[in-house]
Amino acid sequence: MPINYYIFLSLALFAVGIVGVLTRRNAIIIFMCIEIMLNAVNLLLVAFSKMHHLKQAATLATAGTNGQIFVFFIMVVAAAEVSVGLAIIVMMFRNVHSVDVNFLNRLKH
Amino acid sequence: MQNALQIVWLVPFFPLIGFLINGLFRKQLSKSLIAVLGSGTVLVSFVISIWIFLQVKNGNSHVAEYFNFISAGPFKIPFAFQIDALSSLFLLIITGVGFIIHVYSTSYMKEETAEHYGRYFSYLNLFIFSMLLLVMGANYVIMFIGWEGVGLCSYLLIGYWFKNTEYNKAANKAFIMNRIGDLGFLIALFLIIAKVGSVSFADVFSKASTLSTTNITIITLLLFVGATGKSAQIPLYTWLPDAMAGPTPVSALIHAATMVTAGIYMIARSNVLYSLAPVSQNVVAIIGLATAILAATIAMKQNDIKKVLAYSTVSQLGYMFLALGVGAYTAGVFHVMTHAFFKALLFLGAGSVIHAMGGEQDIRKMGGLKGKLKITYFTFLIGCIAISGIPPFSGFFSKDAILLSAFGHNKILYGIALFGALLTAFYMFRLLFLTFNGSFRGTDEQQHHLHESPAGMTIPLIILAILAFAGGFVGIPELFMKGGDKLSEFLSPVIPVQQGDGVSSSTEMMLMVISTVLVLLVIIYTWFRFRKYQAVEEKGLGKFLANKWYVDELYEQIIVKPLNKLGAFLNNIIERSVIDALVNGVGKLVNYGSRQVRLLQSGQVGSYVLLMVLSMLLVFVIQFFLRK
Amino acid sequence: MSITQILFWFLSVLALFSALMVITSKNPVYSVLWLILVFFAISGHYLLLNAQFLAIVNIIVYAGAIMVLFLFVIMLMNLNKDNEPQKNKWLKLAGALAGGCLLLVLVAALKNAETKSAVAEAGTGDIGLIENLGKALFHDYVVPFEISSVLFLSAMVGAVVLGKKEAEHAN
Repeated sequence: MPINYYIFLSLALFAVGIVGVLTRRNAIIIFMCIEIMLNAVNLLLVAFSKMHHLKQAATLATAGTNGQIFVFFIMVVAAAEVSVGLAIIVMMFRNVHSVDVNFLNRLKH
Repeated sequence: MQNALQIVWLVPFFPLIGFLINGLFRKQLSKSLIAVLGSGTVLVSFVISIWIFLQVKNGNSHVAEYFNFISAGPFKIPFAFQIDALSSLFLLIITGVGFIIHVYSTSYMKEETAEHYGRYFSYLNLFIFSMLLLVMGANYVIMFIGWEGVGLCSYLLIGYWFKNTEYNKAANKAFIMNRIGDLGFLIALFLIIAKVGSVSFADVFSKASTLSTTNITIITLLLFVGATGKSAQIPLYTWLPDAMAGPTPVSALIHAATMVTAGIYMIARSNVLYSLAPVSQNVVAIIGLATAILAATIAMKQNDIKKVLAYSTVSQLGYMFLALGVGAYTAGVFHVMTHAFFKALLFLGAGSVIHAMGGEQDIRKMGGLKGKLKITYFTFLIGCIAISGIPPFSGFFSKDAILLSAFGHNKILYGIALFGALLTAFYMFRLLFLTFNGSFRGTDEQQHHLHESPAGMTIPLIILAILAFAGGFVGIPELFMKGGDKLSEFLSPVIPVQQGDGVSSSTEMMLMVISTVLVLLVIIYTWFRFRKYQAVEEKGLGKFLANKWYVDELYEQIIVKPLNKLGAFLNNIIERSVIDALVNGVGKLVNYGSRQVRLLQSGQVGSYVLLMVLSMLLVFVIQFFLRK
Repeated sequence: MSITQILFWFLSVLALFSALMVITSKNPVYSVLWLILVFFAISGHYLLLNAQFLAIVNIIVYAGAIMVLFLFVIMLMNLNKDNEPQKNKWLKLAGALAGGCLLLVLVAALKNAETKSAVAEAGTGDIGLIENLGKALFHDYVVPFEISSVLFLSAMVGAVVLGKKEAEHAN
């Protein structure tokens, strides 16, 4: 598949994620949108990794592996982030009995 | 080979030294020392000037370059002095008459305290220095420095008694009027630089013929604007009569030897340019003649002894410009010289009268002074005869030369000029008769106080009287004596001799006889009219003339008042609602803007994210589309 | 049109549609379910690109572990209602516009990138196999791999501390 298709698909997913972050107030949905964005990036990384492999397989059999390793680490970080993030959301819900980010306006002070 | 004239810098150097010492140490020096220093430095300059004059007479002329005054890329203005026939003649007049006035001042200003005495002499020396710079400069820039220096000194000296508001106003008037003229000079200077690429006289005159007539006409007209300011011509003449606020010797200095002749000198120096611009010449001639007549009519009705002389100066300057305008540069310079003698004489004589009258200047309160002030009377009489143009006094020769040139140029100009000459005779003798003849009309106290002035004042008068009598003999017309016109011959290296003015000898003779006879008739009429003075209320034309044609009032109405209105408008409207509004507006805008921007910090995560995305958007747009 | 292309288009449309549903659903539970669909579609893409390891990890970690966590939280807080407070209309519009503009700008910028001829290898190539990735991971990336375990540990500690503090507060 032409790499452009993957680029535009990833951009579209990423933009959907951004629109979600911007339009929703529910902290959990916002979190999910961030996951969408991460996945869009992951998809692009894999596509590029395969592109490089196709180009350079003749000289280097493992060309493009780095990209997929990177995706792996992104997933690791995302998992850690989700665990901490959800803990924060739970804590917030306990305090204000809502997951509305508008209650998180303490940044003002 | 080093030219002997390289040392001409000594001429302005001595007055400068005098100025510095008198100015800086005026509180320490005694009055006699100040007087000796002030006059002595000018005397030394005078002696050097005589030597220079003799050198030039032997055919030696020189441009002495000292250092680069302004250097901008390939364009250079050297600090240089030019010594030739014209400048050496002016050097003689300035330092000679200047010296006599200095000597006269030593007695006239005796009552001043030592500090003011020193200030006075330092100003006088600075005046002489500036004037010397003006006439010696080898380019228009050096001339302009002197030109401005003279303007400054006239301001300082006219406002010498600075505690009097009226005098300060007169000083301001002189300075501002001069500035208007100077602007013309300055623009002409820039035009010369732009069109010729050099300001030195030699370059400008040699390249003048390559310039277009339009350019030359503009340059010469602008130079003439400068001249009208400095030499008190229409429309900038009104400062000169007010310049009487200064001490009388200062008036003599301004009117006779320096300052007002600067314009004449400049045009005579630029005669090459003017000869190429007939339009400018006509303008100069017409303005000159108009000024001559206007000032003469005003002088007829003035009652202040110094005002009469002031207007007579304006009138005589008009004659000089007439001469320059009809191309008779030599005649103009000749009249400058003779005028320097008799006008200095008249002013110093007037000073002597005022001195005797204890500060009284109104001729209606004088009369019959000839018994008490014999020397003053006789010298004053000689001055009057000279200025009226009765042969063989000096004024006759120079004025006749001008009239003759005017006749050769245009008969109408001649007729008007002759009429002006008759007016001159009228107002001068009116002044003489009212002051010295008839019976005394002042207070008893003044009458008791009347005395002849001290020798320090009368000796200069006598010297000047001799000069006023004999000064004309350097320019005897060819008609009377072959080779008698020594002045034209002397000036010929600078000012080309005119080849025949188209007036035959018999006509010339007839003109002289006519003018002399008419002048004599006028004098006789004046004698019968003013022998006995009776005060009459001026009305009609007389009142119009006594009020100086209401020119000051006219200027007040058409220039000063609109300017004041404009100033008030700018102050009240523009300043308040534009400048202030702008300045305060910036503050208000920042205040308001910050209040609005503060709302951005809502603490809402959502809005922060939105802003973040928008900023990213901006960065991307700049990065990808705007940066090339 | 080859089977690969058909699958590509199908999975792309599925991923985008599901993502849109994630952000438009009123009920968070539906959002989670749509999100799981997104992950499946992306895993499908990974398979097309012959990156089997990542495809499997994506499903196990994301669709399995993380999404279950999400669901847990939602259920725990009883958020499965349509009572989420809505942002006001204008802010929503502004957010959608900003996102759209960003997409537009990025597409416009990358449209002319020199990637026209570049092709991503689909179906062939063995770098995505678990053997090759495992070699790379434990050869070249062994230190980051170990460090990521520390990251997990700290995340776990963080989550516990956050939860525990609240417990004390509740007491």
